[in-house]
Amino acid sequence: MTRQVRHHASTWSGFSPRRVYALVLRHVFVLRGSWPRLVEMAYWPTVQMVMWGFITQFFAGHSDWVAQAAGVLLAAVLLWDVMFRGNLGLSLSFMEEMWSRNLGHLAVSPLRPGEMVVALMTMSLLRTTIGLLPAALLAIPLYHYNIFTLGLPLVAFFGNLLVTGWAVGLAVSAMVLRFGLGAESLAWALIFALAPLSGIYYPIEVLPHWLQPVAWALPASHVFEGMRSVLFGHGFRWDLLFNAVALNALYLGSATILFLWVHHIARKRGLLLNMGE
Amino acid sequence: MTEAALDVRDLTKSFGPVQAVRGLSFSVPAGSTTALLGGNGAGKTTTISMLLGLLLPSSGSIRVLGEDMVRHRHRVLPRLNFSSPYVDLPHRLSVRENLVVYGHLYGIRNLKQRIAQLAEELDLTDLLKRPAGKLSAGQKTRVALAKALLNEPDLLLLDEPTASLDPDTADWVRGWFQAYQQRTGATILLASHNMTEVERMCDNVLMMRAGEIVDQGSPQDLLSRYGRETMEDVFLDIARSRRKDEAVQ
Repeated sequence: MTRQVRHHASTWSGFSPRRVYALVLRHVFVLRGSWPRLVEMAYWPTVQMVMWGFITQFFAGHSDWVAQAAGVLLAAVLLWDVMFRGNLGLSLSFMEEMWSRNLGHLAVSPLRPGEMVVALMTMSLLRTTIGLLPAALLAIPLYHYNIFTLGLPLVAFFGNLLVTGWAVGLAVSAMVLRFGLGAESLAWALIFALAPLSGIYYPIEVLPHWLQPVAWALPASHVFEGMRSVLFGHGFRWDLLFNAVALNALYLGSATILFLWVHHIARKRGLLLNMGE
Repeated sequence: MTEAALDVRDLTKSFGPVQAVRGLSFSVPAGSTTALLGGNGAGKTTTISMLLGLLLPSSGSIRVLGEDMVRHRHRVLPRLNFSSPYVDLPHRLSVRENLVVYGHLYGIRNLKQRIAQLAEELDLTDLLKRPAGKLSAGQKTRVALAKALLNEPDLLLLDEPTASLDPDTADWVRGWFQAYQQRTGATILLASHNMTEVERMCDNVLMMRAGEIVDQGSPQDLLSRYGRETMEDVFLDIARSRRKDEAVQ
């Protein structure tokens, strides 16, 4: 008997960065081969930014609140898109496997569900960056607003909102795996349900009293309050950052457990081989 | 005594009140080619899904290449592979990109060389740059086989591997599998409706009906047991619940 193929040793056990890389590469190949997809990823955040830029210019002359911190609406729209794109970047990458009927191949390969989750998160980071960077850069010449002047707090805001997006994206992916592609609209519906409660464009205190505890249970509310604190010159609020990180750890952990549990259910019900609408 | 590549004991699978597989027990010797036959709804795909770890059994045990498939499937997965008409490779990726992705997933060293070798053997060299979704059915089957053989598996599960190939290519693929098996000593489990293929390739046949194995043996054994000239007639006898005595009458 003769064997021609040799395997890398790490393939046989444990978590494998190589397998994560393989799945990321699969999605990078899709993006690289489709310039309309790349353009579309940057298109929507840019349109949003342009529109909110004009709104900011208008309100700057008519609202004391906006006049105090001219970038507050533009920063809000760009950071909201981090959460929105973070969710889509993860859930769409997962649905791509179902649309292409590739889930069965992946499930029989040595790829572990945990590695798939890490690969999907990596793709989400990549897609979010590709989608938002052009809008953030374009805001500089168009509206003389540079979000990068936020400095290190921007990293904290970006990271937290991305993780919230991942938690929502994983929950959506779990639902799609369980109920089929008929549930794919959840990728858009669920995240928009959180938007009014997250205090993106207004302080949480604007919400009715009974709704405020619900809003404070969302990591995004702490991030946007923290953003306004920095932009209005009240400094960086470590307490809000701590709350956001703690809530994100809770939600991301719960969403990961939900995804892995639904993956187990899918193996019980035979959903991995023949998935569709 | 030959070690079993697959050892299945009292395997059952129920979907609610429907029992798709009922108390299946069989062994597949290492290095053999075994056919899993049966009509539509006999339970073949359910059984193969359980052997691959895609589907959890309701009860029973599956040992694949010496490992418990339910508890330790990740120890076995790098050593097996499969091809099935129920799954596709990503359509937008080129053939080469697909093979690169799966090559990394299976941890293949010298991946470029391995892809070039498989492309040459399966006549895919000219197709490597083409999107997988734009290939003909026959070309797709050859690409699926290339993916199934990337890691040079010890156990290969093939569901209708030649279904969409023309007779010439199908014959060539069968010969290729036989040569592959002789070279590597791999075990092949084959689900097929092509009885000529079964007669030519298989040492052993498992016949399923209504979720159970109703008969098994080598193709020659079955032909003589049922007093038939071809495996197709044997298949029809079993699928229609006739035994040799009834068939002779």
